[in-house]
Order: sequence, then structure tokens, then C-alpha cells
Amino acid sequence: MPVSTTSDGTPIWQRRTSRVQWLIFLAWLVGISLLLLCWKVISDNTMWVFVEDAGRQGSDLISRMTPPRWEYASQLWQPMWDTINIATLGTALGIALAFPVAFLAARNTTPHPLVRSLALTIIVSSRSINSIIWAMLLVTILGPGVLAGIIAIGLRSIGFVGKLLYEAIEEIHPTPVEAVSATGASRLQVMNYGVLPQVMPAFAGISVYRWDINIRESTVLGLVGAGGIGLQLNASINLLAWNQVSVIFLMIFATVLVSEWVSARVRQAII
Amino acid sequence: MSVSAEGLNSRREDEARRGVWRRPPLIANPRLRWALVAGVLVYLLLALASVEVNWERVAEGAGRALNFIAAFMQPDFLSRKGDILNGLLESLTMTLTSTVIGILLAIPVGLGAARNVAPLPVYIFCRAIIAISRTFQEIIIAILFVVMFGFGPFAGMITLAFATIGFMAKLLAEDIEDLDWKQVEAIRATGAGWWQTMNQAVQPQVMPRLIGLSMYRLDINFRESSVIGIVGAGGIGATLNTSLSRYEYSTSAAILLIIIAIVLLSEYASSHVRRWTQ
Repeated sequence: MPVSTTSDGTPIWQRRTSRVQWLIFLAWLVGISLLLLCWKVISDNTMWVFVEDAGRQGSDLISRMTPPRWEYASQLWQPMWDTINIATLGTALGIALAFPVAFLAARNTTPHPLVRSLALTIIVSSRSINSIIWAMLLVTILGPGVLAGIIAIGLRSIGFVGKLLYEAIEEIHPTPVEAVSATGASRLQVMNYGVLPQVMPAFAGISVYRWDINIRESTVLGLVGAGGIGLQLNASINLLAWNQVSVIFLMIFATVLVSEWVSARVRQAII
Repeated sequence: MSVSAEGLNSRREDEARRGVWRRPPLIANPRLRWALVAGVLVYLLLALASVEVNWERVAEGAGRALNFIAAFMQPDFLSRKGDILNGLLESLTMTLTSTVIGILLAIPVGLGAARNVAPLPVYIFCRAIIAISRTFQEIIIAILFVVMFGFGPFAGMITLAFATIGFMAKLLAEDIEDLDWKQVEAIRATGAGWWQTMNQAVQPQVMPRLIGLSMYRLDINFRESSVIGIVGAGGIGATLNTSLSRYEYSTSAAILLIIIAIVLLSEYASSHVRRWTQ
């Protein structure tokens, strides 16, 4: 700890050396200048007339949204069912694809380092591309509909499930694995009896967690044509039928709350 | 149930002694297990039956899929260089400003949403903010803010900041709720007020996690900033959307590759920062 002595001999304690102090100051300076620079770019690209108008627009929006047109809810059950299907089937697809990828990506179960880096690349690309972008690509390929949504959610889930699962695999206890391999078990048997039982609870937890996230994501896939309640949302917004939009919002809100509750309960039961 | 489970266990042991060993099931209660299996099967049947697939359209799109894969082999960074650079600049600036604003706003909300430091009315109010911000996807919030603030990166920035509040405040509140209460008591025993307690007892305990989460959120915000452009909130998403609707797949591929590269880079950087703070 830096202690300097004054001319009359009393030691003065300081929290940091002056070098560290300067470095911290410099970091703040750079950070704040960068922030201001970014702000300038944004403000140059903004039409301030519109922003000044925001309060009026906002209150206008709220007055158009209320009261919600409740009759519209009766048309929403089918899209909601589609949305839940997109999330659930998409999660199932994602899990099925992520499972082998995770085993190939974990340091202790991968057959070869080269395979490992390939698996990691798959995980990273799936994680960095949002499900909406996947949906946009798939809608151009498969045409609009639920199928594109399911595959988009599945592709996006590979990265998430794969990453968390391979981290769980890397953290397993080596003793059971050694014990099983000492019996002369083959590679697959070691996986099946040594590794799998250890990661199964984590795997189930991760899957349910991802399902919960996917319910949220699948509500917006319809904006780009990939099915679900987003289609109705898009149609209502294009018609400027804001009182229908508010019904959809409330419906999404309720569904997400329920799915979050279910996923929290299931995860509690597993762990 | 416990009797039957014990009976099951002893049967298992008997079998194991005879050399027939079976792995214990993940769900011990057989009735629950089979009910779950049946439920899943019924659901799958119902769900798959309701998925309509237009196979003709899929076959027609297969050619486009091939085009797309070919485009990925030859991404075209140059012919729309200006648009890509503009979009990237907007995305990056939006990411940074929105993360900073979002975190600054998330700290008070997070404090208010921690049951052990906030009174009940404040707690309920802050939890409501978190629930709303977390339920709606960024893109839905972006639609509303674009209507309010007009097209452009400003609406995007507000959107991302709003989404950041929900995410950060929830995790921060959970962290505050789990903190070591002894240190708070120690500081309080010196006669410290509420602000001093927060500053000296709570803040040092949650700081490392807060920094780690901020880095993580920076990462997420960049990823999201590539999407909200679809509804007009600025950023690289607008460029991507345009290139896709013009069928310029090689440009789209280039944009996607840039996004992946930046996410990789920021993930690498944030894992370093997190290792350094913890």
C-alpha cells in the first residue's frame, strides 16, 4: 500500500499509487470522451423535431390504445397456439441439435481439437445471430409460415443450449468417468454412464430456461412473416389499429408471465 | 409414494445382485414419469398436426437456399461499403450510449427492487418496471419508440436503454438480495445513514458482478441493435433488411459475418474483463 512521508516525518496513507490514480483518471477520460462522441453521432442522425414531438405522440398513442378492443382476443387463440408451438418445437429442435454439438465442443469429451473448434464456431455463429434475422433468412428460403419460425428458434437455441451445456460438461467430476472407463467401457458407454448422468439435471434446467426465452422471442417472429402472434401484431400496426395492438400486448404479457412461472417452478424442482 | 419408491429400490438392488443392473430413472415416481411421456406425445401430435407446410414453396425456396450458401462463400463487403459502414457506426454508437444510460437508470431501479433495502411500495413499483421491460422483446418496444421519436438511432438508443433497465435491474436486485448482511449491519452500527450504508456496505459487494453484467449487456445490446433496424430504429439491421429484400445475398452474408466477428471480439473482451474483476 502506498505510503509517503511528509517533510516533518508523518506518514500519509493513500489508497492507490499515483500511477494507478492517473491510469484510472485516463480510463475515465477516454470512456467519457468516447461516450460523448457516440452521442454526437446519434444526435447528428436524429430529427430533433420528431423527438420534441414525442410527448404528444406518446399520449396520442396511449389514447388510441385504450380501451383495448377485447372482442379481438377471440381471433388470437389460434396465433397464440402457433406461437407456443413455434417456441416449444423450436426448442426441441434446438436441443436435439445442440446436444451432440455440446459434446463435441467440451474439452473433455471432444474427439479432436479440430472438431472442437468447429463445434465452437457453430455455437458462436448461432448465438450471435438473433432469431429474427434467422427468421428473415428462412422466410426468404422456406416462405412465410410457422415452419420458418420453428427452424429459426431452433437454430438460435443451438448456441445458447450448446454453450451452457458444454460448460456443464467441462465442469463434471472426473472420478465417475475414470471409474466407468476402468471397467473397460467403450467411449460411448463412458459418455452414457459416466458423463450423461452428471449433466442431465443441468441439461434439463437449461432446456426449460431456453424454452421460456423462446416463448418471448417467438412472439415477435411474425413481424418478419414467420408465424405466430407477431403476424397479427404486424397487421394491426399496419392498420393503425392500436386498440388491437394493446390486446395483443396484454396477451403476450400474460403468456410470458405464465411461461416464466412454469420455467422457474420446473427448474426449482430439478435443481 | 415413499413405500413404493423403497420397494422399487429394493427390487433394483435384488436385480443388481443378480448382475442385471438398470440405471435409475431421472424422475423417480413412475406414475409422474409415464404421465409426462404421454403428455409430451399428445402435445407433439397436436402441435405437429397444426404446423402447415407448403412443400411447393419450400422446394421453390431450395434454390434460394443454395444461392445463400454460395453467397456466404463469397461475401461482398465492398459494393455497399458506405451503407454497411454507416449502419455499423450507428449500431456501435447506439450500443455504447444505450448501455451507459440503461445501467445508470438500472441502478436505482435495482436498488428499489431488492426487498431487503427497499420499502414495499417502491419494491412493487420497481418490480413492475422490470416485468414490463423484460416481457416485451426489444423489437416491440422499438416499434412504439419509433412511433414516438421518429425513425433513426435515437429511438433505437431509447429502446435498448429501456431493455437494459429490465435486465440489469433484475440481476442487480437478485444480487443485492443475496448479499452478506453482516457487512450492512457493521456499517449501520457505526451510525451510517441510508446513503452511506448503500455506498459502503452494498456497493462494494455487488460491484464486481455489476461490471461483469455490464460487459455482458454491452454484448447483448450490440446483437439487438442489429435487429431493431428492421422496424426503423437505425443501425446495421436496416442495412441487412434492405440487402435481404433486394436479394443481395452476398451483401447480407458480409453483414452477418461482420456481426459474428464483432460479437466474438466483444465476448472475448468481456470474458477478460470479468476474469479481471472477479
